[in-house]
Amino acid sequence: MAVTTIRDLLVDAFPGGEIDVDDRTGGGDHFQVTVVSDAFNGLSLIQQHKLVNAALAGPLADGTIHELRIRTKGTA
Amino acid sequence: MSTLQDQIKQVIDTEPVVVFMKGTPDAPACGNSMRALQALWQAGAPITGVDVLPDPRIRQELTALSEWPTIPQVFVKGELIGGADITEELFASGELKDKIDEALGDEHPQTVRTLALALD
Repeated sequence: MAVTTIRDLLVDAFPGGEIDVDDRTGGGDHFQVTVVSDAFNGLSLIQQHKLVNAALAGPLADGTIHELRIRTKGTA
Repeated sequence: MSTLQDQIKQVIDTEPVVVFMKGTPDAPACGNSMRALQALWQAGAPITGVDVLPDPRIRQELTALSEWPTIPQVFVKGELIGGADITEELFASGELKDKIDEALGDEHPQTVRTLALALD
């Protein structure tokens, strides 16, 4: 799966957020995503990661993302 | 025999700290499972490891319960704290140790064991 596809999903889910997607191995299935968004303000880390997992639920469920590393940060 | 989901639920509810992982604490089969174990160990946590690899249904039932899609999954006193990234981040900030000490008391023993689910 292309980095741009993952980024598009995250941009849709976190409009106005700062989004960075890295294909860690170049194989299109191990990704590091970093999202900075006001959507995370006031949420616990686990709630923040759940929002990212939800945004990428499709490719996570069908196995196109084999490994996902997540870093999140609010803007507050 | 209880269903697989009942067994998983019981493990989560009764084990102080449980990691659903690929492989076992003795022989982790995935770098991310290893990262979670290392952070927990350094935070002084007792660890019960459950290998999800013997049967794909373990992961399916676990994710249905936890609503968390990836492995590893770390639970402290029945509560999902997250996967490898969150466990590492909480360790780095000192919150993981606080959480473990708060949940188990300052004097808890640190043991590591592997628990196998009964598969029919």
